[in-house]
Amino acid sequence: MRTCSRLVGWVGTLILLISTTLGACQAIPPPVDTASGRKMSKELILATTTSTQDSGLLDVLIPLFEKETGYTVKVIAVGTGAALRMGERGDADVLLVHAPEAEEAFMAAGHGLEREYVMYNDFVIVGPPDDPAGIRGMEDASAAMKRIAESQTLWISRGDDSGTHKKEKSLWKEAGIDPTPLASQPWYQESGQGMGATLRIASEKGGYTLSDRATYLNLQHTLHLDILVEGDPRLYNVYHVIVVNPEKHPNVNVEGARAFADFMTSPQVQDIIRSYGVDRFGQPLFHVGR
Amino acid sequence: METIWAGIREATQLLLHRDPYVLEITALTLRVSGTATLVALVLGVPIGVALAFLDFPGKSIIVAAVNTGMGLPPVVVGLVVALMLWRSGPLGWLGLIYTPTAMVIAQALIAWPLVTGLSMAALQQLDPRLRWQLLGIGASSWQMVLLLLWETRLLLVAAIIAAFGAVISEVGASMMVGGNVAHHTRVLTTATVLETSKGNFALAMALSTILLLLAYLVTFALTSLQQRARRL
Repeated sequence: MRTCSRLVGWVGTLILLISTTLGACQAIPPPVDTASGRKMSKELILATTTSTQDSGLLDVLIPLFEKETGYTVKVIAVGTGAALRMGERGDADVLLVHAPEAEEAFMAAGHGLEREYVMYNDFVIVGPPDDPAGIRGMEDASAAMKRIAESQTLWISRGDDSGTHKKEKSLWKEAGIDPTPLASQPWYQESGQGMGATLRIASEKGGYTLSDRATYLNLQHTLHLDILVEGDPRLYNVYHVIVVNPEKHPNVNVEGARAFADFMTSPQVQDIIRSYGVDRFGQPLFHVGR
Repeated sequence: METIWAGIREATQLLLHRDPYVLEITALTLRVSGTATLVALVLGVPIGVALAFLDFPGKSIIVAAVNTGMGLPPVVVGLVVALMLWRSGPLGWLGLIYTPTAMVIAQALIAWPLVTGLSMAALQQLDPRLRWQLLGIGASSWQMVLLLLWETRLLLVAAIIAAFGAVISEVGASMMVGGNVAHHTRVLTTATVLETSKGNFALAMALSTILLLLAYLVTFALTSLQQRARRL
């Protein structure tokens, strides 16, 4: 019997310990409970690219949008390819993406209700400062990539079907190189990760990669990479916001998605985008207008 | 090396100044992993008891599956739970994806084979004559199970420590089903991944330091309990 009362005491202590741990945390207001069914009206899932998150732009814009409209935004940063697939399946309400051809196909298939232009920046080819392939200053991005392929210098590809990866593949094609069999080449390596991680790998391994300018500038101080090729019109990188079509997926929050699209294209937000990053980098990370 | 020291210094600063962002994700980390461990305990121990004492055809297949589950890759659990909980998935109507609840579900699934497997092994380790003795002195089956669990208390706490350690340190499942959403599902591990990809290494290191500290404190509390139990 003594053992039994001890057992009870001991189990009690255990429960007390666990519940105080949990209780202590509960005292801090828990995140909004989304299981209660309020999500349809006030919660919004934004699927976007890693570049908008890694550049820090969304850290500025999302709190402002939430304050102005009362919506709660869940930002899921994936590649553009994955973001479009989330839209197709109704797993996201609104998309902020940068792969115009894939977006047009998405709209043509009826997955999107509205698609609006938001901003642009550009891609750059970055590589080790000593530039072993000798592409610095070239104006033709495809020709530069062809030179990298011919000299078999290390190239780090995103390899994740993101907007940047799609752009990279189209540049290889324009250089007359089929990108599909490249993955078997020892000089061509796929990181399978976001832009920040891919830049880091390129920097550590002394390889070349294609990056959006915003992510590169944001990480520049931690990288051993220089911008070697820029300014080719094909390196233009344009972002659109897409409202997912609620006809196929009735639980898509179309009002919230529209509010977000309107917000992103409003003059106030366009002004914020235009000046974002100027104080830190001496140049904007994104541009608005055409 | 420099970044590691900078990170530890920053961790101290963040804790001293009670930085709200860091406190929020630390509290959520504790809440999610603590709840998941508790759920795993409640579900795992009875199954461990059943596997230890019941004999049925095909038992060895199940026991091997549970033992395999002790090393369940978090990304696999994350993917399966995400496929279930996405709006397009069979449980999408629950609206649980990208919530702390989804993370608790995934982490509990990671932890329960550990609890089940270890509690089963602990019970099987006991001298079988103890069971017959207890029944012989008139204990009901319920009393017998409780007394046998009591005999394995040190190993049960070890199982809790292992389960908690597994879930608080995992990142794959939390990232997939939680989405690393700021102020909602961002925990210490996913925040570390994000800050690393943003190039904020010192902050990433600070978050890692806090994670280690948190894991140590919880384990310390459980270990004290375990060592006290030894003397009972």
